[in-house]
Formats: sequence, structure tokens, C-alpha cells
Amino acid sequence: MDDIITLDYGSGGKKTSQLIDELILKNFNNSQLLKLMDGAILPIQGHIAFSTDSFVVAPYFFPGGDIGKLSVCGTVNDLLMCGAIPKYLSLSLIIEEGFKTNDLSKILLSIRNTAIECGVNVVTGDTKVVEKGKGDGIYINTAGIGVIETEHYGKDKIEEGDAVIITGFVGDHGIAVMSARNNFFVETDIISDCMPLINIAKIIFKYGTKVKIMRDPTRGGLATTLNEFVEDTDFSIELNEKEIPIRDNVHYACEILGIDPLYSANEGKIVIIAADEIKQQLLNDLKELEEGKNAAIIGKVTKNHKGLVVLKTPIGGSRILTKLTGAQLPRIC
Amino acid sequence: MQLKFKDYDKMSNIVNYLRNYNGPAVKIMEVCGTHTMSIARSGIRTLLSEKIKLISGPGCPVCVTAINRIDEIFELAKRHDTIIATFGDMLKVPGSKAGFNLSMLKSQGANIQIVYSAMDALNLAMNNKENEIIFLGIGFETTAPGTAVAIKEAAVKCIENFSVFSMHKYVEPALRALIESDDFDIDGFLCPGHVSTILGIRGFEFLVEEYKIPSVITGFEAEDILVAIYKILNQITGDNPSIENEYLRIVSYEGNKLAQNMLNEVFYPDDDLWRGIGVINKSGMAIRNKYSKFDAVKKFNINLDFVDKSTACKCGEIIKGKIQPDECKLFAINCTPENPIGPCMVSSEGACAAFYKYLRF
Amino acid sequence: MCLAVPLRIVEVNGNDAIAEHDGVKMKIRVDFIKDVHIGDYVYVHAGFAINKLDEKLAKENLELFKEVADAAKIQGL
Repeated sequence: MDDIITLDYGSGGKKTSQLIDELILKNFNNSQLLKLMDGAILPIQGHIAFSTDSFVVAPYFFPGGDIGKLSVCGTVNDLLMCGAIPKYLSLSLIIEEGFKTNDLSKILLSIRNTAIECGVNVVTGDTKVVEKGKGDGIYINTAGIGVIETEHYGKDKIEEGDAVIITGFVGDHGIAVMSARNNFFVETDIISDCMPLINIAKIIFKYGTKVKIMRDPTRGGLATTLNEFVEDTDFSIELNEKEIPIRDNVHYACEILGIDPLYSANEGKIVIIAADEIKQQLLNDLKELEEGKNAAIIGKVTKNHKGLVVLKTPIGGSRILTKLTGAQLPRIC
Repeated sequence: MQLKFKDYDKMSNIVNYLRNYNGPAVKIMEVCGTHTMSIARSGIRTLLSEKIKLISGPGCPVCVTAINRIDEIFELAKRHDTIIATFGDMLKVPGSKAGFNLSMLKSQGANIQIVYSAMDALNLAMNNKENEIIFLGIGFETTAPGTAVAIKEAAVKCIENFSVFSMHKYVEPALRALIESDDFDIDGFLCPGHVSTILGIRGFEFLVEEYKIPSVITGFEAEDILVAIYKILNQITGDNPSIENEYLRIVSYEGNKLAQNMLNEVFYPDDDLWRGIGVINKSGMAIRNKYSKFDAVKKFNINLDFVDKSTACKCGEIIKGKIQPDECKLFAINCTPENPIGPCMVSSEGACAAFYKYLRF
Repeated sequence: MCLAVPLRIVEVNGNDAIAEHDGVKMKIRVDFIKDVHIGDYVYVHAGFAINKLDEKLAKENLELFKEVADAAKIQGL
């Protein structure tokens, strides 16, 4: 392999084969992929969930992860939120001419390791190379198939009195990436929470219909996701600001940049609406896991403010959390 | 070192007092956008007696920037080989064409870079010699000294491709104009804590000495603001207008002399146009002739006309405290954070955006 | 109008300095601060330190919260 990816590697000829053999198959050694057919033929029984996501994060290496890990976690987590156990992934790479082969190797290794951790196989894929200036280094699309474990989640299941639970600190990913992208800070120890949620989700599945809906609050953050749960319904969500777990460093970086951690993206958290009677047991179970040890009950479903998410502040005041409007921009004023 | 100025338990005493307040009805104006945000984020308004109204004054630098100036910025951004360096605050501000802003110009290919400090803009100039870097100078006495340092350093280092479009403003002339307007009826001021850090307590003494208006300089924690509201109420009910400093930890009587000197060295007061208020004499920070090489107004012949373009938007009335955001016909109907018409809705610290986001029950 | 947060000075080099809190480190300028030393706390706005945070005054500030809260309690009775 050359040190950089050139247009030749996307030509479909010898160099494309070299790229597939030396970089890709080396990492994803499974019988379906090795057949190198135009698609994968998969043995699946029962209902499936099917999801896709594209990843364009800049920079593609960030504290706590990289675009490869993110591209597996993103789709795997979306399948889990549908109540499915993820099984198969497709992997589509769009690489900008001039991309370092070494960086590509690292990203592929990261995809491999995350896929193993999640128990999914990459069974089909595609690689394209675009001209210099027409991509941001690398873009990745993954699609995934999972087998349905529990099919009942939905916002129509939400009832008055239900509890709102978050599985850990909020806002880490968005702030880690923003800090890495702009040179606002010399250094921070803020790292992305990017991780597969399979262990946490399996615990939640056990509670069956007592869990009403769950979602990973990615773009738009916790506030936006909770709005999606109650908008156009008769319910409201009332949160207690003091209970929402936010890391000190994330909180401080947000203060400096004038942004709100409740709107900052997460890539390794779940927000759950669950029946009041199981909330404590569910919380205890989540806390047993390393990835759930900072879980907290942060609020409840009420009928007091139809369709709104309302935050109770530490001094006892209230404010409405709307959906995120536009990108969060650092401000000085 | 004590860095957290929070004491929730103690605050319940003050909250109870403010909730049960039954004295004369009062209107208190905050003249700092960061106070507006802090008040909104902590939900203070929802804790106050109906007799206490908090009004957001002309303290958001984005909100007081005239439409004409925004239009001129768009023209600058369209220039070939030009990079506009700006604080994130300016990206979504519409000019005279509704819905059009710097963010959209960026999508169309204009080179617009968000910076955190004026020094970042200067660094951009040093690292991009082939481009012309124009820094958008917005903000009041807290922010402008930093811009002044960047200009001075550009002069020392002979950075030819750097200039500043100064829209910086002085707080005092705006407050005077507001107080001297015909229908002024504000009973007390929450004075801006960080401007006071630069200007000192003495910078706000005129409020009491000349106008007898109760005033408290305060910080930005919910606690700071609650304490300040309490103190203003006591001044009002005790008929004892004075200038009190609640922000003990960083505001002194004299303020920051080094920063004041830097301001005076680079800028001088000139007439300026405030959105919704009009021209206020000697209220704008113009760049002194000595540094005219770095003055974007001169370098690019920016047209500084002084006609305040009026629209159906009532931002001007709102920042003067004449009406509350929901009294504007456009509020929440034609003008929302997703589709803002006026700057008070654009800036997240603008009175309308804060009102829309945090208070609209 | 102006966001500012307290940070601790960890490096000084003329008017350039590095300031930190909770692991968040940033480059700042200290043109407006006399006698700046490592360990000092400064309020930072838009990349510039605008003043030192005085330890004694910080304590007095908290004391003031308490006094006002006590006064409000008595007045509210």
C-alpha cells in the first residue's frame, strides 16, 4: 500500500482490490464478507430492526474516540433503542484523496474492535475515493440489522407519574469534539463518552413494558430528546436541575464558551422513561455497571405544562427547555 | 480558593421575601445581556412577586448593533480573499433582509471564522498573509480593551492584513439617553458586573448622583442577582437611592486602570447608531487616527450612515424597557428563535430569545 | 454583555499566560493585570484577564450573601 490513498484506490481495479485485501478483510474476517458478493445473504428469524447513520465528525480523531468507533456505536445504539440486539453491519467509506493510509488503518482497527465488543459482524461494504477538497478526510456510513427483543417502546406508552432516568453524565461528546475542533482550549481532559450501549440496553430490556421509551440523546442533547418525547402530547416532563449529572470540567468548559450542556451531544448515554414503581430497582441495576454507575433519576412525567419540558433550577425557579435551535455557537457576550 | 458562589439554602430566605413582596410595584432593569441570560436560566422571574418586574435593557451587544452595520458586514464578507473573524454571537444576526445572516453567507462560500478572542483574529492574520482579516469589534467596555490590545499589537508587528470594524460602545451614554427619554419609568438598575470590573464603582455613580436611581452592581450567579434585587428593593422602599456593590470579589471603586488606559489609547468616543434607539452622542468607540491603518471603516470605505431603519420588529422598544417581548406583534408568531426577525430574538441572550425560551408558560 | 469566568494562572510569559480550572486550560492575555503570578485567580473574558479574584474579598462576598439572607428572613417575618 502507498502512504496515502489516491484516486486509484477507488478505481475498481487492482489497487481497490489491494485496499480491500490488505486493510479491510484483514479486520473483518467473517464468512459472509469473505464471499465478496454484491451483498450479504443473512439467516435471520423473527422481526428485525434496520437502521442507518452517516458520520462526518471533524476532527475524525477526537479525545475518547474516532470516527470509526463512532460509526459502529452510532448504528448499534440506534438498533438497541428500537429494542433490538444488533447482529450485522454494512460499512461504507468515502475517503478524500490524500488521506493517510496509516490513519485509515487506525480507523478500521477501531471499527473492528468496537464491532467485536458489540457482537456484530461487518458483512457488506463499499469504498469510494473522492477528489481532494471534496470530502473532509473521511466520511463513513453504516447500516445495521438487529433482531427484535422487545417491540413495544413508543412515546404513546408514556404516562403521568413515569420517571425520567439518565444513565450517566451528559454533554461530554459535544464538548469534547467542539474543544478538539476549535482551538479554544490549550488542553482539556474532557473526553467523548462514545461507547456501545449494549450492556445497559440489555438490563433495560429485562424490565419489559415497564420501560416506556428510551433514546440515546445524541445531537441536540438531553433537552432536545426529552422534547421529542412529549411534544404534541398531553404530558410534560419536569426535570430537577440539581439531579442532572454533569462533569465539572464539562460544566466549566460550557461556562467559558457560553453554551448549555443540556444541548450538547452524547454518544454513550440513554435517557429512559420508566414506570415509577420500577425506577429505583432499575437505577440500582444500572449503577452496577461501569457504564451506568453515574445514572440518576432526573425528573418525572406530569400533566402540568402540556407538551413542554420544564426545568426546576437549584434556587427553585422554573424554565422551559425547548428543542435546540440551530448549532450551539461559542459566545463571549 | 472559593470559586463557587452558590448557597441554595440561604437563598430561600431571599426568595421568600421577594415572592411575598407587597410594597410599591417596581420595574428593575438589567443592562447586561449576561444578566438577562442568567435571570432566564435560573428562572428568577418565576420566583418574584407580581409587584417586581425585571426589564432587559440595551445590554446585548448584538441587539444594539444597527441593521445598517450588519448589512455593511455582509458586503465585507463578500469581498474576495477576505476572512471575517467574529465572536459566535454575530453569526445569526439578520440585516435588512429577513432570514439572511453571516451563517448563510458562510454556506455560500464566504470565509467566516469564529474566534474566542481578538488575539485569535490577529493570529489568523499572521497565519494567512494572503488574506485580509477583518475582526468584528462588538461589545462594551469589558470586551473593547482586548480589541485595543490586538490593534496595538498589529501596529507594533506591522501586520498589514488586519483591521477592525469597531462597533464597540460605551454604556454610560446609552444609560443617560435612556434615563433622559420622555417616558422613562425604571425604578432601579442592576449594573453590569464585568463592565464595572473595568470602569469601577465610580463609573456608575452618575446614576445616583445625577439621577437618584437606586443601583446595584452585581455578579452573574443566581445568588448575586437575588441579593441585588433585594438590595434595590430596600433602596426603593427606604427612599435611599445609592450605588451599592454586590460584586465585591472583583469590582473595585477605581476599576481596572490598565484596561481603561488601553481603551483610551486606541479608541475615542464618537456618535454612534444604536438599533432601536437611534443616534447617541459620543456613545461609539471609534479608532484613533494613530491606528487608522487598522480601522476597517477607513480601509474599506464602510458607509456609516446614521438612519435607523425601522421594521415591524419592536426590539428598540423592548431594549428601552417600554414593552415586554410578548407585547410585540411578531413575537412567537412571525419571529421565533428558528426564524428570528429582530436581534433580540437572534442572540441567545437577547430579551426576546430569553423570554421565548425560558418564560413562555 | 460579557461572560467571564474565574481561572487559575498556571504559566506566565510576559503578557501571555495559561489559565486553568477543572482541567480546562486556555491561553489568555494578562495585559490588564499588575503583578500576575502563578496560582493567582483571574476572571477571564474573551481571552483577556479583566481582574484578579481576591481571596479575602471572595470570602466577604459569601459573607454578604449570608448577611442579606439573614436580613431578608427577619424582614420577611
